[in-house]
Amino acid sequence: MEKLLEVKDLAVSFQTFFGEVEAVRGVSFHVNKKETVALVGESGCGKSVTASSIMQLLPMPPAFYKSGQILFEGEDIIKKSEKEMQQIRGSQISMIFQDPMTSLNPTMKIGKQIVEGLVKNKKLSPSEAEKKAIDMLNLVSVPQPEKRIKQYPHEFSGGMRQRVMIAIAMVSNPKLLIADEPTTALDVTVQAQILDLMKEIQNQFDTSIILITHDLGVVADMSDRVIVMYAGQLMEEGTVYEIFKNPKHPYTRKLLGSVPRLDMDRSESLHSIEGTPPDLYAPPKGCPFFDRCDEAMVICKEYMPEREYHTDTHYSCCWLNHPMAKSVAEGSVV
Amino acid sequence: MSKYVIKRLAMAIVTLWVIITITFILMHSVPGDPFANENKRIPEAVYQNLLKKYGLDKPYSQQYLMYLKNIARGDFGESMKSNTETVNEMIARGFPVSASLGLQALLIALIFGPALGAIAALYQNKFPDYISMIISIIGVSVPSFVMGTFLIQFVARKVNWIPIGGWGEWRHTLLPSIALAMMPLAQMARLMRSSMLEVIGQDYIKTAKSKGISKSAVILKHSVRNAILPIVSILGTTISNLLVGSFVIEKIFGIPGLGMFFTTSIYNRDYTLIMGITVFYAIILILMLLFVDVAYTLIDPRIRLTEEGR
Repeated sequence: MEKLLEVKDLAVSFQTFFGEVEAVRGVSFHVNKKETVALVGESGCGKSVTASSIMQLLPMPPAFYKSGQILFEGEDIIKKSEKEMQQIRGSQISMIFQDPMTSLNPTMKIGKQIVEGLVKNKKLSPSEAEKKAIDMLNLVSVPQPEKRIKQYPHEFSGGMRQRVMIAIAMVSNPKLLIADEPTTALDVTVQAQILDLMKEIQNQFDTSIILITHDLGVVADMSDRVIVMYAGQLMEEGTVYEIFKNPKHPYTRKLLGSVPRLDMDRSESLHSIEGTPPDLYAPPKGCPFFDRCDEAMVICKEYMPEREYHTDTHYSCCWLNHPMAKSVAEGSVV
Repeated sequence: MSKYVIKRLAMAIVTLWVIITITFILMHSVPGDPFANENKRIPEAVYQNLLKKYGLDKPYSQQYLMYLKNIARGDFGESMKSNTETVNEMIARGFPVSASLGLQALLIALIFGPALGAIAALYQNKFPDYISMIISIIGVSVPSFVMGTFLIQFVARKVNWIPIGGWGEWRHTLLPSIALAMMPLAQMARLMRSSMLEVIGQDYIKTAKSKGISKSAVILKHSVRNAILPIVSILGTTISNLLVGSFVIEKIFGIPGLGMFFTTSIYNRDYTLIMGITVFYAIILILMLLFVDVAYTLIDPRIRLTEEGR
């Protein structure tokens, strides 16, 4: 399979008054063509920063790239100038944001917001632009598009606004769509509609999707591969089947364990992961999950484990999975 | 919308009536009257005649009703101090001067104020931000009479073609309109900076950037229009203040405007002139506030004017 995007050892930090926050610390992954990759993890683990740094939407300063490469179709886009990035944003890579209520400009007509990027790049005439806006609203199943393009965002419901956001993102037929928690702000029935719409559009346009979420239900429904992120690092990666069937990292297991189940005994309380993620002003030198992990060992505190491959597509970063772990595990649990 | 405007205009008449009544009461509760002069006492008979001529010998209630009747006809009455001009004529003479100066000051404030604020926000905590905030702090804190005399001292006396005062040609308006513009300019810059900072942090700005449009398009099409509302909301009072003129500026630069009448009428206890100018100012203020409310709807489609009011 052909790689569309490859992120190599990406590290992004924020310079703040209190010091440097290491939000993303050496992240490597790739996205194949026509594939959906889910990036999961709890709040503040660096998912959104990773996504925004691919689009170069982070405010710089305070944000800066510490190291790494972001290869899009083989070209390192970190090295591109702002002008060159403007050619990529929207037309090659586009993004859908979390909150459709605030992600649309309240004082601009919907139609104009949809085609704005395209008009600039392709020099469309006003009538062509209007036709394109109507087509896009049809594509995302917004009824009465001829009327709707002349309306403002406040005249749309949350679900409809997210459809408009998808229309904006897809208008130039991008190769990669980054969806940053696209359904978090929507109610459950609308969530399912939006996810179906995204799948439909992916099939139609052969778009790759990076799906950022902390909803494991959405992950199971949508994605081909799953990347588990914690404290700015990747903990485990595998196909959807591997991650859900055979999670190898204690963090992944705990994440899956905190999903409420319909068949659960009502008297049982919901599971959660005790403690909080580490402070990224001074990230731990060992495994960042060390102090919340039930199976932590002495070595976990001191050294960050390397990737341990279980299959060609499935790896985890945990000392428990190290070939030598079985022989030392007895008696060394902290 | 037209229904709304009509309703607002009807309400304005009630507002005007309240203003007239309060002014009338306040004016007459100040001791003395237009002809009581402390220095040279006029003969009692003359004094009584004067009171009779202007109707001041009648009871207050009658004076009040008379006045309301005249105002309803658009007649502000005769000035009690000037023998040659009616109040209407005085306003007709002074207002165009003050208004042209005010419009020019408004233009200066509107061009530079929001721009300065926007630049400050875009370069937050950098050099341009500091410069524009220094300018606006000076604008807010330096009183206009200091600004006026400062401009005369350091500009008019150095540059030959700029006069230190007077009225007639365009160059006469230059310094006073700058001095007049400083305060609103500074206010607008500060408002624009804070509202721009808020808008820049909004999600829809990130959406706009993610479309791949240029930085300037993001600023002009997406940020400014959303950030300008607070400025529009102070525009009503700012415009009416500028149009009616400033006593201080007009005094310093020797400009025959309306602002001068405003103050002199009060210490002369020129009843008709006080009333005339107050009512005139109130009318302009009410119209400007209405204009601002209508302007809101043009800028922000979420705001709708209904008959129930905003």
